[in-house]
Amino acid sequence: MRFAFTEDQQMLRDTVREVLARECTPDVVRRAWEAQDQGEKKAEGPFQTLAETGLLGMMLSEEAGGLGMNEVDAALSIEAAGYAALPEPLIETLASIRVLESRLKGDGVELLSQIAAGEARLSLALDVGGVVPFAETAVLFIVFADGRLSLNRREEVELDVQVSGDRTRSVARLRGLKAPGIELGRGEEAVTLRAAIFDRAALGSALFLNGLARKMLELAVEYAKDRVQFGKPIGAQQAVKHHLANALIALEFSKPLAYRAAWTLAENEPDYPVHVSMAKLRASEAARTIAKLSLQVHGAIGYTIEHDLHLFMKRAWALTAAYGTEDFHRARVGRAILPEQGDKNG
Amino acid sequence: MDLRFTEKEEKFRAECRAWLEANVPKEPLPSGDTREGFDLHVEWEKKLFEARYAVVSWPEEYGGRGASLMEWLIFEEEYYRAGAPSRVTQNGIFLLAPTIFEFGTEEQKERILRPMAAAEHLWAQGWSEPNAGSDLASLTSTARRVEGGWRLTGQKTWCTRGSFCDSAFGLFRTDPESERHRGLTYFLFPLRGEGVTLRGVDRLDGDEGFAEVFLDDVFVPDRDVLGEVNQGWRVAMATTSSERGLSLRSPGRFMATASRLIELYTRHRNTADPYLRKEVIDAYISAEAYRYYTFGTVTRMMEGGEIGADSSMNKVYWSEMDVRTHEAALALLGSDFELDEGSSDASDRGAWLKGFQFALAGPIYAGTNEIQRNIIAERVLGLPRK
Repeated sequence: MRFAFTEDQQMLRDTVREVLARECTPDVVRRAWEAQDQGEKKAEGPFQTLAETGLLGMMLSEEAGGLGMNEVDAALSIEAAGYAALPEPLIETLASIRVLESRLKGDGVELLSQIAAGEARLSLALDVGGVVPFAETAVLFIVFADGRLSLNRREEVELDVQVSGDRTRSVARLRGLKAPGIELGRGEEAVTLRAAIFDRAALGSALFLNGLARKMLELAVEYAKDRVQFGKPIGAQQAVKHHLANALIALEFSKPLAYRAAWTLAENEPDYPVHVSMAKLRASEAARTIAKLSLQVHGAIGYTIEHDLHLFMKRAWALTAAYGTEDFHRARVGRAILPEQGDKNG
Repeated sequence: MDLRFTEKEEKFRAECRAWLEANVPKEPLPSGDTREGFDLHVEWEKKLFEARYAVVSWPEEYGGRGASLMEWLIFEEEYYRAGAPSRVTQNGIFLLAPTIFEFGTEEQKERILRPMAAAEHLWAQGWSEPNAGSDLASLTSTARRVEGGWRLTGQKTWCTRGSFCDSAFGLFRTDPESERHRGLTYFLFPLRGEGVTLRGVDRLDGDEGFAEVFLDDVFVPDRDVLGEVNQGWRVAMATTSSERGLSLRSPGRFMATASRLIELYTRHRNTADPYLRKEVIDAYISAEAYRYYTFGTVTRMMEGGEIGADSSMNKVYWSEMDVRTHEAALALLGSDFELDEGSSDASDRGAWLKGFQFALAGPIYAGTNEIQRNIIAERVLGLPRK
């Protein structure tokens, strides 16, 4: 039993952190927000730089131009992306790229390198009638509908643009397909492939949420040190200290569940869905809790969109419901560990 | 990262499990916090020591097996899984021993450690005083220098199982001119003999788990000073992190409680409010989170890292998890909630009500959770003290 990351995994995280500290500042996230409000197309930015570091294609095999890495290798980097509230479909890309590699043949293979290069953004429509994130900029969509899993180009899907509370997510509802696209699977196979992507996206969301939570906590800590009332920093007050201590505890006991889930996916352990669910549930709860505490510590300034906090808070809210709500994930854990109610046997 | 246990670890687990299955008393012992129960627990401890399971992570020369910290966690998981008796040697082996390993002289190690592990000499903690609880540095008990040693005078309280133990450890002011954290010395002192008066105090659950200790000019030889004179605060605090962060409450205990809760839910599932299903699932996940958090801590320590102020997070987490888990269990019991041990109909012999009352002490002992949150905020997050 060794529950720690390798130096390489930490170095990759550091690279991602550095790139995003430079290229995905809160101002950049804010511009993505405003661009969306004004209907502008997103400018080139950190996603391309991350692609250049090899992050997007890291899980592809070496033959496909990747590094043959797994969910554990990527875990800390996704967390780092959450810390910067990267307004790009990183979770979606990392969750599905290996499934795509296993299914795409012939001309389709070219798409893989475009995805890995950050040239072709990819989004997921895994639930009929569900919300599709980053729909404005995605050119490829993995769609699960009518017992089929397919990869569709933008012109092949019927999108109905919606407005997210987090404008950077540029969401839409998928109303249907105009053309069948590339079939990735059908029937049971489609269900299995969809599940593989869904659980990886749920794990990615958990890690991203933990990163967002860390950022929201740090914003509150810095504010509590700087903001003076009654002649001293508010962070010297016990009530404020205890809010922040509670926030840190919620985060620190969420992280190990996400790391374990990453390992079970990387090792293809048969019970990985339960571990993913524990991770996603606790990350969602922690992020919601930390958002509330951070807002409370900030006071009125946190309740504005002039302050950066809302950029992280709104992404967190959106992700708590994406790829399985808290109730969905809790119920899944429940089915694994408890008998059903009303069941007279056993 | 490799979340499989090694072959060596698995083998160790299998050995522990086999021995415990064969040896753990079939009927639970009476509470170790009563006179009768204490003696039975001491007998159990001796058996554990003979089989070299009392202190698996200690060096062999003191009765251990030189097991790794990870193996110690495995032992603990198996220990609680087997429903083995609570450890009446706990305050010695988990609180005092780490300090002796770090600050003790060779003579002290030779003299104290083995009898402690063998339950031949039983230790109580003597930190708090009536007016020095959370603010331990305000303590007023004193030690006066005399030929060959010291004379201790003062009052200690909340000494765990103090009425039944042989000795205690605590801080005394050795420099009368000093204030607060300075001028204190760490003493090992007798709980029997001239000048010592004990008064048992019944805890919330009715057991005599506490004692007040009155010391009136009690002689303690120089060899029972632990660490340097006037350096007692540093000596006492050096091991509090490992206590809060690891040794005091390892995950095995809470995993066992979560398993028992699942079993209780299974029995009551068709009458339980659906809300309680949620509570049971959450209790299980919390125990899992605590287990993996601890694997992370132990991995770090085994690779040369240290455990510091972050250990306070641990203490808050397990203590509040334990309360919530017991609350869920009691809610499942419905109006049987109040049936105490001794009731013919009490579920699991009243273990849930008793466990609940004990769980309520968790946020108080080993530094209240309010103090822990201050530590987290100031030393981990860097918030200003004033």
